[in-house]
Amino acid sequence: MSNNLILICYIIAAVLFILSLGGLSNQESARRGNWFGIIGMLLALIAVSASETVTAYGILAVSIFPAVLIGGVLAARVKMTEMPQLVAILHSFVGAAAVLVGLSLHLDKSAVHHEGIAGVIHNIEIYVGVCIGSITFTGSIVAFGKLQGLISGTPLLLPARHLLNLIVLTATVWLGVEFVSHNVIADPTTSLLVAMVITGVLGVHLVMAIGGADMPVVVSMLNSYSGWAAAAAGFMLGNNLLLIVGALVGSSGLILSLFMCRGMNRSLISVILGGFGTGDSGGGGTMQTPEGDITSIEADATTQLLKAAKSVIIVPGYGMAVAQAQHTVAKITKKLRENNTNVLFAIHPVAGRLPGHMNVLLAEANIPYDIVLELDEINHTFGATDVVMVIGANDIVNPSALDDPNSPIAGMPVLEVWNAKNVIVMKRSMGTGYAGVGNPLFFNENTSMLFGDAGENVDAILASL
Amino acid sequence: MIIGVPKEIYPEERRVGLVPRGAEALIKMGFEVIVETNAGDAADYSNAKYEAVGAKVSQSANEVWGQSDIVIKVREPDTAESRLMKEGGTLISFFWPSKNSELLKYLNTKNVTALAMDCIPRITRAQKMDALSSMANIAGYRAVVEAAHEFPHFFTGQITAAGKIDPAKVLIIGGGVAGLAAVGAAKGLGAIVRAFDTRLAVREQVESLGGEFLELNFDEDGEGGGGYAKTMSDEFIKAEMKLFAEQAIDVDIIITTALIPGKEAPKLITAGMVESMREGSVIVDLAAEQGGNCSLTKPNEKVVHHGVTIIGYTDLPSRMAALSSRLYSAGIVHLIDEMGGTENYDVDLENEVIRGALVLQNGSIMWPPPKPKNPGPKYSVDTGDRPEKGKAETETTRSEVKPCTGMRTIKYAIYLALAIGLYIAGNSLPESDEFVERFIDQLTVFVLACFVGWQVIWNVKPALHTPLMSVTNAISGIIIIGGILQISRPEIDASVILGAAAILLAAINVVGGFLVTNRMLAMFRQ
Repeated sequence: MSNNLILICYIIAAVLFILSLGGLSNQESARRGNWFGIIGMLLALIAVSASETVTAYGILAVSIFPAVLIGGVLAARVKMTEMPQLVAILHSFVGAAAVLVGLSLHLDKSAVHHEGIAGVIHNIEIYVGVCIGSITFTGSIVAFGKLQGLISGTPLLLPARHLLNLIVLTATVWLGVEFVSHNVIADPTTSLLVAMVITGVLGVHLVMAIGGADMPVVVSMLNSYSGWAAAAAGFMLGNNLLLIVGALVGSSGLILSLFMCRGMNRSLISVILGGFGTGDSGGGGTMQTPEGDITSIEADATTQLLKAAKSVIIVPGYGMAVAQAQHTVAKITKKLRENNTNVLFAIHPVAGRLPGHMNVLLAEANIPYDIVLELDEINHTFGATDVVMVIGANDIVNPSALDDPNSPIAGMPVLEVWNAKNVIVMKRSMGTGYAGVGNPLFFNENTSMLFGDAGENVDAILASL
Repeated sequence: MIIGVPKEIYPEERRVGLVPRGAEALIKMGFEVIVETNAGDAADYSNAKYEAVGAKVSQSANEVWGQSDIVIKVREPDTAESRLMKEGGTLISFFWPSKNSELLKYLNTKNVTALAMDCIPRITRAQKMDALSSMANIAGYRAVVEAAHEFPHFFTGQITAAGKIDPAKVLIIGGGVAGLAAVGAAKGLGAIVRAFDTRLAVREQVESLGGEFLELNFDEDGEGGGGYAKTMSDEFIKAEMKLFAEQAIDVDIIITTALIPGKEAPKLITAGMVESMREGSVIVDLAAEQGGNCSLTKPNEKVVHHGVTIIGYTDLPSRMAALSSRLYSAGIVHLIDEMGGTENYDVDLENEVIRGALVLQNGSIMWPPPKPKNPGPKYSVDTGDRPEKGKAETETTRSEVKPCTGMRTIKYAIYLALAIGLYIAGNSLPESDEFVERFIDQLTVFVLACFVGWQVIWNVKPALHTPLMSVTNAISGIIIIGGILQISRPEIDASVILGAAAILLAAINVVGGFLVTNRMLAMFRQ
């Protein structure tokens, strides 16, 4: 295939990728969008494989076939509740691939060696690509560990952690200069490998310091990094398709991160620097500790309330995902709707551990997406609602975000469930959420607590409906 | 100028045209106020209260009528009262000129100027004088209270130890001011409320009060201008009657408020429908004075037919005399204020509010007023003042992230550094170097692609954020190209192995990402 034809294939592939992301603007066009992506990818792969520089089809086949098998099995087997982990591990692959491509290019003796300014630019491209890839790789591995429960979800806060980050960053820049100029370290490969290791450590440290509730932001940040890593690879290879895709993915991840931060009323920088609920986000005063009597309720009584209600809003949180309760919730929804009860779902932007996590779980359970509403769409309707059922969510329904300026989550937009006539909160115990903040909602007169495993409780409700 | 407030003499009329608070306002404007003794008694406004604000209490009706330049009343004067009216005086009251042509002619012979409170145009500016609306509001509320009084059950549903109590179902026919007030009141008591109106614009208003709007599958809007309904076609009425017949079997309470201006009230509830209702059900007919919406309604009476109570009271506002007098009086005071108070007192024919209300002026009959140039705007008494709930709430509860000044400085510093860096780079990079040019080209593509991505991604629905992440995962597997370009070497060296490893990892991403996205998207259904 001639080089020009390959470039044209790349342009078409790039357009298809943009259409693919554009298709996600609504549910109807989303599947078509995914097909655009697949076609674009096939086109790009065929084009590059057909190019004259590629001759090692044996190696290509050997490395691609196991990957297709692994990818296929992963995609088919993964549970929808485990999507965050899958996404995190896939990010790490992109990061690792960027590192490998960078190293490979650096070690490539047959490649043309650029002289002068061209050589400097090329070396910087490789260096930046390897560093970003390394951060993405180790950060994603840690994120995967946290989401999978292999690593504790509580933030690891080393003393002087900001200083530590700064030192690593400075060292990375210095090594970069060395990598290009060979002043102190004669072998550029050493500089590159050391830089790779210390940026890897930085990736681990950055993600370790971030608490469980901030995971959606971390995952989207890593999504963004993986895009920038791909773009860096594009720069080093002089490949426009890689550049475009990297830029698309990078901005996509950045937007998701901003969206999530907005959902928590926090700035992106404070999330990246880590440490949630450590007191430095409050206004200096002491936050109020909610006190009072709680009313607990049994599953049977909950059923009675649901039966009598004309309108029900269900607020799912991570607890629903953990308990795999979405299918039972869907059955309850169906019964209630047959009974002419109006059932809606309220999704907070940061519910769950991944942007849009709850939507995917509810979709898996066959809940029609037109009754699944976002915070802004639904917040004013709570006042006219008979029963709100909060399943395994805490911080996103915490009124102190609005009325206690000293609360660590002050200013975070929350679902104003307390305006409803009755609120049922399903919770394992009276523990605090990931933010470590007490929730005055639980002590409200119109709130009843349904303690116990969310899965068992929804099963009991379904049985008695 | 002297303003007189005679006592209402109509049987069971408890309202008074001006309450002490209104008298006080008029006295401040420079009027003298004479009140007939005990005029406000039935509405809980004693003589002493009027005297306390500076009004004079007169023992004789003749004196009040004889001395006053302006007479304020609620009901139109009857024959005896109209004889007392001073030659050339001014009367402000409900007048109903279409029904009272005799009175109109008689007062005209006495050169009376008359302003009819029922003729105030229904425009936004005149809302504060709109006595019909304030009375209708009270009537609508009171209709629910009267119904609740006769209805032998709760309105709200309850689950008690003794068993489940179903909520009452209330049907409200006519979504005007009274109808909407009734929707709100019945909803407030906990009933299931349905409302019907021929004007489709009412739907939103009914729903905003928590009622359910019943709709016919019929393409006809009953908006008759000025916020009133018009007469509908025969087919529409047939469909409408069918709906009412179905509803009558289901509901416990029917409140009818259907009126068409200047016509007899339409008969909407037949004897058959009444008989189909459960015993203990209640009908409140707010149109009783115009003949009633229910064929069994007897004006001013409560009748029981087949166990169904039919209330035809025409004095519902008067049953809440203290409040209705206060609101009526406020309308009067606003009207007099509109006319210029004492200082610039004038019956201004150019003022469309006053022109609308004016039925008699110095010996000539001014009613009906000329048609307004533009058709009546959508009546907004109900919707105008109600804040948009959702909007207001989100505005107050949302506080934005406030970047501290330090943050902002850092931001500007970054912008500045970027600008300087770009300047230096642009200036110091060697000219006409092939590699540098290629790099700049790449940078162009990269920056533009970032912007394309930025624009495209903001359109993605939050519900699809997880599929977005998995699809971006898949396409960022395009880094596989980097690996593929590295594996074709004469011999297998480190570079080739690293490239192959990159292919392996990236391919997992491509395949896994696309497949899992497909799986997820297949689940989304409407």
